[in-house]
Amino acid sequence: MEFKEMFFMLTKGTWDTLYMVLISTLLGYIIGLPLGILLTITDVDGIRPNPVLYKILDVIINVTRSIPFLILLILIMPFTKAVVGKSYGTTATIVPLTVAAAPLIARMVESSLKEVDKGVIEAAFSMGAGYFTIIWKVLVTESRTSLLVGVTIALGTILGYSAMAGVIGGGGLGDIAIRYGYYRYETGIMIITVAVLVILMQILQWAGMLLSKKIDRRRGK
Amino acid sequence: MHKEEIIKISHITKRYEENAILEDFSLSVYEGEVVVIVGPSGCGKSTILRIMNGLEPIQKGEVTYRGEKVDGKLGSITRIREKVGMVFQSYELFPHKTILQNIMLAPVLVQKRDKKEVKEEALQLLNRVGLLEKKDSYPRQLSGGQKQRVAIVRALCMHPEVLLFDEVTAALDPEMVREVLEVLLSLAKEGKTMVIVTHEMSFAKAVADRVIFLDGGHLEEEGTPAEFFEHPKTERAKQFLNTFTYDKVERE
Ligand SMILES: Nc1ncnc2c1ncn2[C@@H]1O[C@H](COP(=O)(O)OP(=O)(O)OP(=O)(O)O)[C@@H](O)[C@H]1O
Ligand SMILES: [Mg+2]
Repeated sequence: MEFKEMFFMLTKGTWDTLYMVLISTLLGYIIGLPLGILLTITDVDGIRPNPVLYKILDVIINVTRSIPFLILLILIMPFTKAVVGKSYGTTATIVPLTVAAAPLIARMVESSLKEVDKGVIEAAFSMGAGYFTIIWKVLVTESRTSLLVGVTIALGTILGYSAMAGVIGGGGLGDIAIRYGYYRYETGIMIITVAVLVILMQILQWAGMLLSKKIDRRRGK
Repeated sequence: MHKEEIIKISHITKRYEENAILEDFSLSVYEGEVVVIVGPSGCGKSTILRIMNGLEPIQKGEVTYRGEKVDGKLGSITRIREKVGMVFQSYELFPHKTILQNIMLAPVLVQKRDKKEVKEEALQLLNRVGLLEKKDSYPRQLSGGQKQRVAIVRALCMHPEVLLFDEVTAALDPEMVREVLEVLLSLAKEGKTMVIVTHEMSFAKAVADRVIFLDGGHLEEEGTPAEFFEHPKTERAKQFLNTFTYDKVERE
């Protein structure tokens, strides 16, 4: 394969991967953030305990999270087809990626929000704050460093899943690695593709950590 | 002289599971007075303050605020909480907000007051406690005594009618105790209504209009500081006050 051809293929693959990962993580947060908040406030020591609702969410999230991603991908194919009209390609892959991301994100949001000191929440209550203020101005704002670390982890995990989606023609870098490396024995292309994936992961990690350090007021500058 | 009753808790029972912490307990706080609550650890002092602020549900009895009954509904409780400021032993400042943001949060978001006006007042109050230059710092950059003074300013900025202080110097090094207690003394001088839980007996003596001695969840003795500290009536109070003095060791 010519260099130019390969370069274009990899650029497109990278773009496709980023597109899938960013959109699914965003959608994952649109679903997962409210779920994580609900889990936090409805738990026994939350600000609005509701054991029944907590248990229901807890079970749904545990079940979804215990299905291996490749199986989930296949399981929800009919749903994917109903949503985007086809079950392969980059846009279609966003559906299973989002379904996998949402419960993971919900759990990470839950654990971040639960780090907020109970005393501080109580102080906010003692000043007459309502649930809305407590959730946004205390729980979410005070745990933003941890939430941001969560975003980094979510992006990294979804990036890994998106590569797996390549197995069934999901598009992006994973797709290229499988097609060339596995089916055509072009080890060189596979290695380069994997290298690009590694670099992407590194950049995400690095940017995430840098940003979270910057906004952490409890430590550092 | 008859002063208006601000907070009244009457015949309340507070239980944790089966343990009764307070039984048939009543206490009224009148406008402009400083009530100091003392008593051994675990006797229910914090619980009383938390009940006055609606942070703790009660099993029996009622809490009234200027004659209005405070029911369990959040609307009624939050309205009272705006009027009843509370300062905690461990400050409870928001770690990710600057000092100014810490102070301005509730006046702006809860009381919906004008941001500029609140900021001006916050700066004025910070200046009063000598912490104006810390306005843009974060809590971790302050000493314990400074944090506690900020926490007091945060409560003051809500224009509360009553201030509750729960062992606000208990977590502080001795040198910092004074700077915080000075602020409380100046508030008392101004005529603020306050309920103070403290283990600093000489401070209690100086600041109190009325001392409440609590033991095992009930009011054991009540009186002016002069009466209580110089001539305690009950055996329990005598014993309690003795724990603060030490006899000279006699060596053979
Ligand atoms: N959440 C809780 N669950 C069960 N018991 C509790 C709880 N909070 C307090 N208690 C109990 O209630 C009693 C009174 O507690 P409280 O905190 O009011 O005491 P205190 O007088 O403030 O003591 P201290 O001087 O140590 O602060 C204690 O015996 C304590 O063990
Ligand atoms: Mg206490």
